[in-house]
Amino acid sequence: MIGLSDYLLLSAVLFSISIAGIIINRKNVITLLMCIELMLLAVNTNFIAFSHFLQDSAGQIFVFFILTVAAAEAAIGLAIIVVLFRNRATIDVDKINQLKG
Amino acid sequence: MTFQVIVFYSFAAWVVFSALMVITSKNSVKAALFLVLTFASASVIWLLLEAEFLALSLIVVYVGAVMVLLLFVVMMMDIDYAALRQGFVKKLPFAIAASLAFFALLYFFITHGEFSAVHFAQPEAKSADYSNIKELGRVMYTDYVIAFETAAVILLVAIISAIALTFRGRKHRKAQVISKQLAANKRNRLKIVSMDAVVEEPVSQVNDVEEEGEDK
Repeated sequence: MIGLSDYLLLSAVLFSISIAGIIINRKNVITLLMCIELMLLAVNTNFIAFSHFLQDSAGQIFVFFILTVAAAEAAIGLAIIVVLFRNRATIDVDKINQLKG
Repeated sequence: MTFQVIVFYSFAAWVVFSALMVITSKNSVKAALFLVLTFASASVIWLLLEAEFLALSLIVVYVGAVMVLLLFVVMMMDIDYAALRQGFVKKLPFAIAASLAFFALLYFFITHGEFSAVHFAQPEAKSADYSNIKELGRVMYTDYVIAFETAAVILLVAIISAIALTFRGRKHRKAQVISKQLAANKRNRLKIVSMDAVVEEPVSQVNDVEEEGEDK
C-alpha cells in the first residue's frame, strides 16, 4: 500500500521543481505565478495526506481556504500584470524599476 | 501490486513530468496547459486520499477558472519570449543545485523521521455511504464559520480590486483635472478691459419696438 511518506515525497518533488522554476524563470512574471501555484499544490497535497492519515478533516478545511486565497491571489496578480503590460509593454522583472527613478 | 499503487505511481509520474514541462517550456501558453495537466493529475492523487470534494473543486476552481484566466492573460499580451529566457542556461546549474539540496533535506526528514508507516498506519477505508462533503460541511459551518465568512470577504475584495485595476471604460463623473486647475492663473480667467464710460441717452421703449418690427 502507499504510505504517508510516498505522498510527502511526491509533494517534496513538486516543491523542489517549483523552486527550480522560480530560480530559472526569474524574468517572466507569468511563469513565476505558475510556479507559485505549483508550490501551493504541493503544500495542499501535504495537508490532504496528513488529513487522510490522521483521520482529521481539519486539514481539508485548510486546503479549502488555501484554494480560496490562491484564487484571489491569482486574480489580483493577473490584473496587476495586465496593467503593468499596458503601461510598460513588458513583463520583464528586471525592467520594472520605475520607482527607482 | 494493487490498483491503487498503479494509479498512484502513474499519476505521480504525470504530475512530476508536467511540472517539469511547466518550468522549462519556452512558450507561456504551453506552460499554462501543462499546469492544467499537473492540476488534473494531482486531483487524482487527492481522490486516492479520499478527499473527493477538494479533488473536484481543484478541477472546477483551478482548471475551470484560474487557468482559463491565466490563458486569457497570456494570449492577450504580445511577449518577446526569447528576451525573457536570457540567462536560462546560466541559472540552470544553480537552480538544479538549490532544488536538489532542498529535496535532499526534505527526503532526509521524510524517510528518517516520524512519517514512516510504523507511526502512520494505513487508515481503514471509509464505508460506502460515507459522505466527504457532509463531513466537510459539518466542520466548516460549525468550527470554522468565521474563517469561512472571512474567505467570502477575501473573494469579494479580490473581485472588486481586479475590476478596479483593469477598468478602462469611460468615466461618467465630473472629476477634477488637477493639472488644469494648477495651470490656471489670473490672466486666463479674468479679463480687464479699460474703456471709457458710455452714457446712453434714454430712448423711449415704443420707438425701439417699432424699429425692430421694420427690420423684420
